[in-house]
Amino acid sequence: MNREPTLTYVYAVAVPTPELVRTVASLRGVADAALSLLPPLDDSRPAAPAFVTSQVPHGDWREEALRARFEDLGWLESTARAHHHVIQALSERATVLPLRMATLYEDEERALAALREQRPAFADRLALLAHHAEYGVKVYVRPDAGDGDGDGPDAAPPAATPAPGSPGKAYLQARKRQHHAREDRYQQAARAAERIAAAAAPHATHAVRHPTQSGPLTHGEAGPDGENVLNDAYLVPDDRAGAFRRAVQQAGEDLPGVRVDITGPWAPYSFAMPAPRTTGTDPDPDPGTGTGTGTETPGGPT
Amino acid sequence: MTLAPRDESLPGRQVALVDLLDRLLAGGVVITGDVVLSIADIDLVRISLRALVTSVAGGPDPSSHIGGERP
Repeated sequence: MNREPTLTYVYAVAVPTPELVRTVASLRGVADAALSLLPPLDDSRPAAPAFVTSQVPHGDWREEALRARFEDLGWLESTARAHHHVIQALSERATVLPLRMATLYEDEERALAALREQRPAFADRLALLAHHAEYGVKVYVRPDAGDGDGDGPDAAPPAATPAPGSPGKAYLQARKRQHHAREDRYQQAARAAERIAAAAAPHATHAVRHPTQSGPLTHGEAGPDGENVLNDAYLVPDDRAGAFRRAVQQAGEDLPGVRVDITGPWAPYSFAMPAPRTTGTDPDPDPGTGTGTGTETPGGPT
Repeated sequence: MTLAPRDESLPGRQVALVDLLDRLLAGGVVITGDVVLSIADIDLVRISLRALVTSVAGGPDPSSHIGGERP
């Protein structure tokens, strides 16, 4: 009677082991909730994929409440970090399949039913992801890269350049040069991004292109004058991680005005689901979803 | 054996929120839950979040307390 009604929040899929059981018991999830394995580890049966779950208060997590709270950046950040903390800790000890943030069921029975339905698919995906980790590769280009004189793209056309003819004509010529310089920078940025992506790909089994990052959330990442021109995720076998990092760093080294950030290792968030097949039913997959523009290259390098 | 490099490569630095949201709002397994925001709704969330972020941009230096928390 005094117990508040709850919902079952699902974080990830993993195959239970005694070590995983201990890890799960030591962690707290979103809303500081204790975690549990669903179903619990049963030594009498062969290990099958299970959910890592917690109970969360119904009032805060029902659909209408969630809709509003997703708009609250502070709430979103603390929830995302709590979710990620669980996934990251699990992924250091086991192969995990992260679930989309805020996957909720009315109760454990309903969650179990969903698990049973998907178990073969989960098992297949876990097998594919074993001994792999996700790495992010982000390329930033300074707006004035290759310009030499430090003029940003919004600087006024250089007035000091003497040109024959009227001042108006000189102005237009300068404007044109500036336009060309900007075009060059975009092309340089695109070439740099391509070159780095090409260096990364041979060391990865799968790749996903996320939309480039912009907006105030990215300021700390981009620096005051950097534009994100590539935001890729790569699935890399653990024994190639070093070679992958070296190749990506090297590819970015002698490119002026280009900075390369490698993030990770991440749990395989961007590779949790196969890339959608082009069946014709969905001719225009949304590029905003991480898996929407993924390129699947089944089978790793051998 | 494969665990050592993983621990090493996260030198206590907090993951950037923007990278986290890239993965948590667009990645992960999508299965139909009882209370889950549908996939379409998640896209709406991304859009409305962007709207929120854009409106925040007008305020005094939002990047000082959100986003990349690098030393």
